[in-house]
Amino acid sequence: MSKIVKLISANCGKIRPDSVEDYLNSGGYAALKKAFTMEPLQIIEEVKKAKLLGRGGAAYPAGSKWEQLYEIEEFPKYIVCNADEGEPGTFKDKLLMEQDPLRVIEGMTIAGYVFNSHDGYIYIRGEYRGLQKIFQAAIDNAKKEGFLGENILNTGFSYNIHIMTGAGAYVCGENSALLNSIEGKAGRPRIKPPHLAEVGLFLMPTLVNNVESFANIPTIVNEGGEKYLSYGTADSGGTKLICLSGHIKNRGVFEVPFGVTLRDIIDDPELGGGMAGGRKLKFFHLGGQSGPCGSPEQLDTVYCCRAMRNAGLSVGSGAVVVLDESVCVIDYLKKVTEFFIHESCGKCVPCREGNKQLYLILDKLSKGEATENDLALMKRLSRVMAKSSFCGLGQAASTALDSCLKHFSSEFEAHLNKQCPAGVCFTKKESGE
Amino acid sequence: MHHTFDPNKTITATIDGLTVSVPEGTTILEAAKKAGIIIPTLCHHPDLGVRAVCRICLVAVKGQRRFKTSCNTVLCDGDVVNTNTPEIREARKTVLELILSNHPQDCLKCERNGNCELQDLAKQYNVLEIPFASTHQALPIEEDNPAIVRDMSKCIKCGRCVESCQVVQEVAAINTSCRSTKYGVTTAFNKPLSASTCVYCGQCIAVCPVGALYEKDDTEKVWTALSNPDMHVVVQTAPAVRVALGEEFGLAPGSIETGKMVAALRRLGFDKIFDTNFTADLTIVEEGNELLDRIENGGKLPVLTSCSPGWINYIEQFYPELIPHVSSCKSPQQMFGALAKTYYAKKSGIPAEKIYVVSLMPCTAKKYECTRPEMRSSGYQDVDTVLTTRELGKMIKLAGINYEKLENEDYDAPFGISTGAAVIFGASGGVMEAALRTAHELVTGESLANLDFIPVRGLEGIKEAEVELAGKKLKIAVASSLSKAKVLMEMIKNGTCCYHFIEIMACPGGCIGGGGQPFGTTSEVLQKRLAAVYEIDKNSELRMSHKNPAINTLYEEFLGKPLSHKAHELLHTSYQQQDRG
Ligand SMILES: Cc1cc2nc3c(=O)[nH]c(=O)nc-3n(C[C@H](O)[C@H](O)[C@H](O)COP(=O)(O)O)c2cc1C
Ligand code: SF4
Ligand code: SF4
Ligand code: SF4
Ligand code: SF4
Ligand code: FES
Repeated sequence: MSKIVKLISANCGKIRPDSVEDYLNSGGYAALKKAFTMEPLQIIEEVKKAKLLGRGGAAYPAGSKWEQLYEIEEFPKYIVCNADEGEPGTFKDKLLMEQDPLRVIEGMTIAGYVFNSHDGYIYIRGEYRGLQKIFQAAIDNAKKEGFLGENILNTGFSYNIHIMTGAGAYVCGENSALLNSIEGKAGRPRIKPPHLAEVGLFLMPTLVNNVESFANIPTIVNEGGEKYLSYGTADSGGTKLICLSGHIKNRGVFEVPFGVTLRDIIDDPELGGGMAGGRKLKFFHLGGQSGPCGSPEQLDTVYCCRAMRNAGLSVGSGAVVVLDESVCVIDYLKKVTEFFIHESCGKCVPCREGNKQLYLILDKLSKGEATENDLALMKRLSRVMAKSSFCGLGQAASTALDSCLKHFSSEFEAHLNKQCPAGVCFTKKESGE
Repeated sequence: MHHTFDPNKTITATIDGLTVSVPEGTTILEAAKKAGIIIPTLCHHPDLGVRAVCRICLVAVKGQRRFKTSCNTVLCDGDVVNTNTPEIREARKTVLELILSNHPQDCLKCERNGNCELQDLAKQYNVLEIPFASTHQALPIEEDNPAIVRDMSKCIKCGRCVESCQVVQEVAAINTSCRSTKYGVTTAFNKPLSASTCVYCGQCIAVCPVGALYEKDDTEKVWTALSNPDMHVVVQTAPAVRVALGEEFGLAPGSIETGKMVAALRRLGFDKIFDTNFTADLTIVEEGNELLDRIENGGKLPVLTSCSPGWINYIEQFYPELIPHVSSCKSPQQMFGALAKTYYAKKSGIPAEKIYVVSLMPCTAKKYECTRPEMRSSGYQDVDTVLTTRELGKMIKLAGINYEKLENEDYDAPFGISTGAAVIFGASGGVMEAALRTAHELVTGESLANLDFIPVRGLEGIKEAEVELAGKKLKIAVASSLSKAKVLMEMIKNGTCCYHFIEIMACPGGCIGGGGQPFGTTSEVLQKRLAAVYEIDKNSELRMSHKNPAINTLYEEFLGKPLSHKAHELLHTSYQQQDRG
């Protein structure tokens, strides 16, 4: 099996991103035209067969999400594309929006047709202000060519896409916080239920999918769900955009079929190309700050949602951060926890107060001041945060810590005895830095 | 296909091994309560919308990966719920310890010592030490206004006050703001309340579970006055206090405490114990005449009542263009103050500057009202100090009075005589009902056979009725809470208001739900205080304000007649637009 399959990144770098002509020449909009000849339910059936799992991080089956929304008989319905891409180490939605925005637009338009929705919103993170121009140009050009706006391709179906700028907070990527932010409210998560399919944007039924999820829709419609599934594994259809960063030779976005191994991803010359800098791999961090860390023993795990989950790992957003032996796990986790302290919306206790306390214990560890009791407290805290926080941010904030406690318990123990295997902690004072 | 619950359908589930059957849509918290299981709560308040942010009410639902917060999770048919597993105890205690890690743990020096939901939980969960490092940061206490103190370093960010201010009152003086470690409750631009739209209603205080919000403590001022031999200290007691004071001493809500309250005040050393009910009767006579005058002479209609100072603060800021509708009558507390330092001074031969007037009120806004520049008709500040029901409770305890052992005592003359019409001022709809009883007789010259106007009674936010008055149809409405007042003000503004007379109280349920009442007010408690108010009325010998003989003497000896020049000077006022926020 080839390690690289270009289903959704095929156009990237090959066409003028805002050119409808280029997009058409490379097979664009065939799916929308085909969709118009299909019943909405047929399209949903194909998405289900495709086993497209949400690409925003939670890997929720898109087909089920679409089916649930379809069954709700309240209108208007809204289509929302989550382009907040806030997970550190994740920059694949950026690639799509910058280099092939019309594919995302086509996917959102097909969704609009399926749900008889007339308005789609794409919530682009504030830091990506630069690419909004390209995206807007793509929308404008699609409109000019009759692929958006009133009476699309003379089908009688009308649909517009509006760009919203993100408020610059990681938590705004959480789907209900994102809707609050679009509505002009504070970007804090909502109480669920009600689910967004029932009470979403402006209190109406709403579909929220990730950029990459939408970008897969044209391929699924064109090739059919079964074919799409066959690119991946039995449970995870198609391909995944992965973002390689850290101590690895080839950094950047790569499209891989589900079913490759982590070793392939890191070592394959066409993918990661192995470690940079000559040091050995210590661990890798998957799916962004909210994902788990894995150890070199897990490199043969198959990259698909089920196998990863069984191994205590996850695909998440597709981020793969590779770290070598120069990294201290405790020091690394301090930075992760700092991120969550900073990004917590602050409204619930386990997340607002818990992350602060996790940090304080990690800090004690890194200073050689921690005791066994602190370790036990940290484990308890991590358990409680995961099970009791209001939203996904707090629930996942201790995921990395939890996995590291599993794989690197000896490194935690070492810090209790004022030893840092990586030589990061306890050195600053001695060297007089 | 919005998923709605059918309350007529019963679902059955298991909680801690007990089978419970409840209407569809019942939360796990409520269902557990029915089954005799108490789940701890902090951010939840039965009369407010859910926020589910404190995470203390966790339970385990079989088949769910994470714990559920029982305050917002609806119990489903067939659910198996556990509320007391080792994991749940661990989670709740951890949450509690996290809250405490960012809390001053200052119970000994706290307004809520002994009456604090957080303190209770710490006891319940056997918190003997807190394993987490303290992250608490002291913040300055805000106390630059006459009514409300904010000590945000004690705030646990439950959001109950915000819910009250935003949803119940729609004043929106406060909101949650910022993120992360800075997340908290602030006014716009973090200004003090005195520079916000706050109306000092105290509804935020009433729902705060901890010592972050409380009224300005004026007990010291009163102790000082009481111990000054040169001062003649009189106290007036608002109608709603007598049905709530008992709660300060562990008695059931709705206990009627009039006689014991009078006895306690006398023990505290007040020279005269008077009743605001007296000036409530007076208000009815003045306001009733004002209403009839406006109807007959084409004055501004509808007439809006003016006895609730929180409401006055609201209209001055939010609907200044409607101020001409407001009755020119002062609130009963301020009528009392003006008379105490004029009529009573004359009658008793005590010079006004030697009279110290204390008001005992269910209300925090009254603390502000008495400081208004308009409220100096006697040439002095008419009311010197306002105490809340809670503050009186504190004074009685400090004085070492065994409340339980007090025997009922009576008010002093002349301001101790009042009617049932006055006591119902304490509940939403009471002013209206009292006014109707009097207006009927003023217009027709005949006494009403049935004095009860049931449609204006009760806790409902907006009540309306139509009454016949000498062949004329009078349309009336009653609103309690400012969000409900807002509905009626919008009607007046857009010309769809058909009412002649509107009673408005700033607090839900009226003064019985005032911001100065004992903590723990819920609609269940309100219902009991309400019943007590009508019970007093029912058992009163006199039930119509104009039949109060002391009122008639007052007119004969001092005021002349209703709406006289003197009455205007002392009992009436006017209000102006205010832009604080
Ligand atoms: C704290 C937090 C941040 C998130 N950030 C993003 C994000 O930046 N982009 C994204 O697509 N999904 C993000 N998600 C996931 C979304 O809530 C949601 O699951 C997703 O948009 C659904 O789309 P999908 O099913 O197509 O993945 C985030 C979730 C949480 C809890
Ligand atoms: S877990 Fe709680 S504090 Fe953290 S982001 Fe979610 S809602 Fe906000
Ligand atoms: S608010 Fe409650 S727990 Fe906090 S110091 Fe005061 S009494 Fe103690
Ligand atoms: S006193 Fe009333 S208006 Fe002021 S903040 Fe509290 S609830 Fe809001
Ligand atoms: S002030 Fe009181 S009611 Fe308001 S959020 Fe803080 S603790 Fe809750
Ligand atoms: S009481 Fe349920 S989360 Fe606070």
